[in-house]
Amino acid sequence: MKRQKILETGMSWLFALCACMSIVAVVLICVFLFANGVPAMKEIGFIKFLLGTDWAPKNQPASYGILPMIIGSLCVTIGAVVIGVPIGLLTAVFLSRFCPKKLHSVLEPLVQLMAGIPSIIYGFFGLVVMVPLARMIPGCTGVSMLTASVLLGIMILPTIINLSESALNAVPDSYYEGALALGATHERSVFFAVLPAAKSGILAAAVLGIGRAIGETMAVIMVAGNQARIPTSMLKGIRTMTANIVLEMGYATGLHRQALIATGVVLFVFILIINLTFSILKKRGEKV
Amino acid sequence: MSMHTKYKIQDLNLHYGTFHALKNINLELPEKEITAFIGPSGCGKSTLLKTLNRMNDLVEGCSIDGTVLLDGEDIFDRMDVNVLRRRVGMVFQKPNPFPMSIYDNIAFGPRTHGIRKKAKLDEIVEKSLRDAAIWDEVKDRLDKSALGMSGGQQQRLCIARALAIQPEVLLMDEPTSALDPISTMKVEDLVQELKREYTIVMVTHNMQQATRVSDKTAFFLLGEVVEFNETAELFSMPKDQRTENYITGRFG
Ligand SMILES: Nc1ncnc2c1ncn2[C@@H]1O[C@H](COP(=O)(O)OP(=O)(O)OP(=O)(O)O)[C@@H](O)[C@H]1O
Ligand SMILES: [Mg+2]
Repeated sequence: MKRQKILETGMSWLFALCACMSIVAVVLICVFLFANGVPAMKEIGFIKFLLGTDWAPKNQPASYGILPMIIGSLCVTIGAVVIGVPIGLLTAVFLSRFCPKKLHSVLEPLVQLMAGIPSIIYGFFGLVVMVPLARMIPGCTGVSMLTASVLLGIMILPTIINLSESALNAVPDSYYEGALALGATHERSVFFAVLPAAKSGILAAAVLGIGRAIGETMAVIMVAGNQARIPTSMLKGIRTMTANIVLEMGYATGLHRQALIATGVVLFVFILIINLTFSILKKRGEKV
Repeated sequence: MSMHTKYKIQDLNLHYGTFHALKNINLELPEKEITAFIGPSGCGKSTLLKTLNRMNDLVEGCSIDGTVLLDGEDIFDRMDVNVLRRRVGMVFQKPNPFPMSIYDNIAFGPRTHGIRKKAKLDEIVEKSLRDAAIWDEVKDRLDKSALGMSGGQQQRLCIARALAIQPEVLLMDEPTSALDPISTMKVEDLVQELKREYTIVMVTHNMQQATRVSDKTAFFLLGEVVEFNETAELFSMPKDQRTENYITGRFG
C-alpha cells in the first residue's frame, strides 16, 4: 500500500519533470533569441532594421535592412496558400465525401507519405523538375518566387489535407442528412451544409499550413534564387527570412551574426501570431 | 372530406443485409391527414418512414422490394430522388439545424431549388417561420446562429425549414422526443394546424400523443404492420390481441 503510494507520487513527479523540460526548452529558446536579437535591432535601429530595403553586411558602412526578406517570406507564403489551400481542401472534400473506400485506402497512405518526405527531397524535386519547367516561361530564370510558391504549396498539402479531412469527418451526419432531406444533391449537401460546418477546422488547417510555409527553409533556398531585394515580379528571385539566416550564419560574426538572429526573432514573432490564431480558431471550432 | 390516397405502399419488404426489417407492408396513407406509426423499439417505424423519402438509400446493404406510390407514381422508378425529397419533407428525431444563421437555415431549401431573389426568400422565411409558430420568438434574431436556440425552438425551426420547400408530405420521426412538455404541446398544436395543407406521417412512442394528434394509426411489431385503423378505433377497440397488449401496456 505504502509502496504503491510512493510509486504514484514518484511517477507524477517524473511526468511533471518531463512537462517542465519542454516548457524550459521553449522559454530558453525565447530568452536566447530575444537576448541576442533585440540588442542588435536596437543597435541597427528598429525602423532601419525592419523597414530598411538594403541588406549589405559587407558594405562599409554595413546595412542591415530585412524588409526584402520579410516581403519575400510573406510573398512565398501567400503564394503557397493560394496554391495549396484550394487544392488541399478539395482533396480533403474528395477523400472525406466522394472517394470510394478502395481508392481511399490507397490515397490515405500516400498523403501520409507526402507528409513524411524530408524538405530537402522536395527541394531536389523543385530544382530538378520545377526549375527547368519554370524556365520555359518567358522572362523567368527558373529560380523564382513562382517556383518557390508552387513548391511550398505542394509541401503544405498534407497538412491541409489531413486537418481538413478530420474536420470534415467530424461533422455530424445529421447536417448532411438534413440537407439531403431538403432535396439537395450530394454535391450541394457536401459543399453547402457539411463544408460550412467544418469551417473553423479548415481555417485552422490553413493557418497551420501558413506556419509550415513561412518556416520552411531548405526547399525554398534551392528554388527561390535568394536575391536580397524587394521582388518586382513573380518571375524574379526572392530571399526569405529563413534563407537569409541559413545562407549567412556559417560565416557571419559580430553585428552581422546578431542581425541574423534578429531576423530569427522576427520570424519567431510571425510564427507566434500564427499559432495564436490557430489555437483561437481551434477553440472556436470546439465550441460549435 | 376527400379520401385521396397520398401514399400507397404495396408488398414492401426491406432488408438491411440479411436482416429482414420490414415484412410485407401494405398501407394506404390518406391525403391531408395525420398518420401515426406506433410500436416497440426496433420494430421498423423509422425504417418505413425513411423509405418514404428514400433516406434509406444512404444505408449500405439496404435492399427494398415492392412498390411505394406517391400520387400513383412509383418513387423507386423514374422519379428523381431529389424531386421526391422536395415533395416529401422530413423532420428528424433530434433537431438538426445547420450551424448557420436562422435565416440561412430556412433559406437553404429554397436556395437549393433555385430561388435567389432576396425579396422572395424573405417572404418564404417569414411564412415558414410563422407557419411553424416560431416567428415571434426569432424575428429579431434571424441573423443569429440557429445553434443558440433552445431544443424546442430548434425543432420548430427544423419544421419551418422543411415547410420552406413547400412539400406535400411531412415525415416526422419522434419530433417531440427530445422536448419538454410545453415545447411538445406547441409542436402538437402546430402539427394539427399543418394538417390542413400537408399530409403528415409521424412516428411516436407516446400513445397519448398518437390519440391526441393523429387520424389514423398503424401499429408495428417486428417489422410487420399488425393493425392499421382510425386512431379512435384502434385505441378503443383493437382488433388484434397484440395491439391490445401493447396499448394497454402489457408489453413493449
Ligand atoms: N442502418 C441499419 N443497418 C442495419 N440494421 C438497421 C439499420 N437501421 C435499423 N436497423 C435495424 O432495423 C430494425 C428497425 O429499426 P428502426 O430504426 O426502423 O426501428 P424503430 O421502430 O424506429 O425503433 P425506435 O422506436 O427505437 O426508433 C432494428 O432492429 C434495427 O436494429
Ligand atoms: Mg426510430
